[in-house]
Amino acid sequence: MLQDEKPRPLLEVHGLTKRFGAVQALKGVDLSVLPGEVHCVMGQNGAGKSTLIKTLSGVHQPDEGKIFWEGQQVSLPGPTAALDLGIATMYQELDVVDGLSIAENIFLGHEHATRGVLHVKRAHATARSLLQRLGHGNLSPAREVGTLSTANKQIVSMARALSRDTKLIIMDEPSAILDAGEVANLFRVVRELTAQGIAVVYISHRLEEIREIGDRISVIKDGQSTANNLHVAQTPKAELIRRMTGRDVANVFPERRPLPLDAPVVLDVAALELEGHFAKLSFTVRAGEILGIAGLVGSQRSEIVETIYGARKATAGQVTVNGKKLVPGSVSSAVEAGIGLSPEERKSQGLILDEPIYKNVTLSTFERFARTGLLDENAERRAAREQIEALELRPADPERPARTLSGGNQQKILLARWLVHGTKVLLLDEPTRGVDVGARAEIYTLIRRLADAGTAIIVISSEIEEVLGLADNVLVVDDGHVLAQRTATDIDEHGVLDLVMKGSAA
Amino acid sequence: MSKQKTQVIEHSSAQTPDPGAASGGASGLLGNLLHGPAARSIGLVLALAVLVAIGLITSGDRFMSSDNMLVILRHASIIGVLSIGVTFVITAGGIDLSVGSVLGLTSVVGSLAVVQTAAAESTWLVMVVVALLVGAFAGLINGVIIAYGNVVAFIATLAMLVAARGLAEIISERRTLLVTNTDFTGFMRADFLGVPVLVWIFALVSAAGWFLLNRTTFGRRTVAIGGNLEASRLAGIKVKRHIVSLYVLAGIAAGIAGLMMMGRTTSGTSTHGYLYELDAIAAVVVGGTLLAGGRGTVMGTVFGVLIFSTLTNVFTQNNMDTSVQALAKGAIIVLAVLLQQRFAVRKERKAKKQPLKA
Repeated sequence: MLQDEKPRPLLEVHGLTKRFGAVQALKGVDLSVLPGEVHCVMGQNGAGKSTLIKTLSGVHQPDEGKIFWEGQQVSLPGPTAALDLGIATMYQELDVVDGLSIAENIFLGHEHATRGVLHVKRAHATARSLLQRLGHGNLSPAREVGTLSTANKQIVSMARALSRDTKLIIMDEPSAILDAGEVANLFRVVRELTAQGIAVVYISHRLEEIREIGDRISVIKDGQSTANNLHVAQTPKAELIRRMTGRDVANVFPERRPLPLDAPVVLDVAALELEGHFAKLSFTVRAGEILGIAGLVGSQRSEIVETIYGARKATAGQVTVNGKKLVPGSVSSAVEAGIGLSPEERKSQGLILDEPIYKNVTLSTFERFARTGLLDENAERRAAREQIEALELRPADPERPARTLSGGNQQKILLARWLVHGTKVLLLDEPTRGVDVGARAEIYTLIRRLADAGTAIIVISSEIEEVLGLADNVLVVDDGHVLAQRTATDIDEHGVLDLVMKGSAA
Repeated sequence: MSKQKTQVIEHSSAQTPDPGAASGGASGLLGNLLHGPAARSIGLVLALAVLVAIGLITSGDRFMSSDNMLVILRHASIIGVLSIGVTFVITAGGIDLSVGSVLGLTSVVGSLAVVQTAAAESTWLVMVVVALLVGAFAGLINGVIIAYGNVVAFIATLAMLVAARGLAEIISERRTLLVTNTDFTGFMRADFLGVPVLVWIFALVSAAGWFLLNRTTFGRRTVAIGGNLEASRLAGIKVKRHIVSLYVLAGIAAGIAGLMMMGRTTSGTSTHGYLYELDAIAAVVVGGTLLAGGRGTVMGTVFGVLIFSTLTNVFTQNNMDTSVQALAKGAIIVLAVLLQQRFAVRKERKAKKQPLKA
């Protein structure tokens, strides 16, 4: 007797639909996940990925469609039903409790206990073996989760998933909160899981990542499956983008124009120091130049721009904008001199989520529109509307609360804010975090257009490819030291990593 | 979902024919009335109407007499002024527990013999200026400790609550100081167009507060800081300075309330305004200002104050136990906050369920 060539799928989904009021979130999604594989689900923001995940984890009930688990049709009336089958979900916002220990977090909701009395030792022992399975035996189960890095919190979240008899883990954009180095570690952990026969559904829109970790890919667009079970190795990148966006993306990064030789220096950073983070940092940015700062986590990239901006108080050194010296530690002095910052955490540092678009756009300029302290909201709306049109911000409604916009459009609000301000130096910290592929190209084009109009720009990104593709010149930094300054076209991703490795070895 | 959709378009001005936003249009007006920000005011009006109806049923003409209406308003006026100041602090995400104590302190300092002598020799406005300065100074201390000392507002103003009361006791030697300046008491106890001056002050402070919060850069800064302090700071707003000015504003409001108290009781004592901060905070929260900051409504606060003072009046008219009254007050506060949370949850859900494409 011949054994069936194809292994039986662990999870199969046919024709899933889900409607929320007027919005048809899922219009027919199929999925087939094999045991021990990494199955990537791709799609732009709003494609229905989140709804799919929530349906598979029992949070939402589908309107139509069938779910099979190990060949049996099942229904998932609630999250517990999914967990009992062996489906665990790791959401993007990690659901760990900072005040509890690692072990307490892992067994949260299913503690080892007899009549309410906890078995601490047993919990610690089990937690330790789970962490070892994930290659993190060095973490003590007694440690408070609040003291862990984001990457390690993710490990705790995964250990929790494993603490039940889990056969399938759904990971919702697990790399979105991680850095290049941490992502490599995440992949190692994912490989260990699959080697143990556990299937992983990996949600992402980062193509490079999927090529590295995925076995097969399914793509959804507008709530519908547009491709199923593509083999990662045999599917070109361009095809994936086309399936995801419905259009061809020829070149993601806009063309550079040669910088005029006489372009004046706009931003001058001289011997800047932030104690405990970096020291004696000097560089200049000219009008129309995009300077990229590349480095891994711990390279103090964000600290550098935040210090230039005055959000952190420099312990020494001087920042000068167009000959005007800035007051250390004063954001308002920096803003007055013409620096704008688009911060790393768009939602918590950049936007007032419940306020309308136009108030977010004019957050730095409403005083300027006002007359003797009286607001002129119509002038603000006009200014916002101009930017909405120029940047193709969607929805094109200045009254819409910022919360309801996609990541890409929220990023455009921040660009619009500084455009209204007429800023001469723009500091962009992770400008495309949480922005999907189609919108990224748009953001890149906007940034390049700003530079062409004479703005001096600094771009920081954890994606080295992005820094290299966008910038004219690149500073490679590690642990607060500048390892090299290069023309972006003279160095590639490996070159940057080599520099960092050598730098930290020295 | 259609209900949620109307929330999105509730702000849409007529000038934006965005097809995506307009799809819930038909139910727009009704939805707006039932679920929009107007709904919160309507809820307050309804609550007030219910109380008035109860008053009307239980005490009839005695309740509806214009005299009694003025009693309600006069009763509301002092807490009302205090609450307007607190509205600003809470809208910016802070809290001020000290306003009641500061009220007592300003009444004591304003009634000191030295001050009254000086007032007698020149004008009673000396007492006004002194009381306002004392209030502003107490607020300044609160603000500086909170903004520059990075002390949590709850703790800093709790300390001021205790300390201001203590200082008032020391200065007054725990005695009640009589206000002998008849010009001052005459003004405060007078009627203007048949309405007590205290009520006029409340009305003026409310109108000024509404204008300040909704029409000025000061108000915008206040809402922005309450909505997201870090984003406001990174946008270049001088956050610390503004926070200080908010507590100064609450202190000045306490000073005005202190003057009103001196006028009504013709005395200054350290026990004036005892526990008023709690009534003020309750009125602000019931009115719809978010305790977490980012959304504030002066109109709501006025309604909140009126609801509580009408409630008190209805109970008094029917000779009912003040303990039952306290119980009813507690229930109203919880109910109001529960309604607010429902609103917040719905907003959150709406945001999650309406993912928009980039």
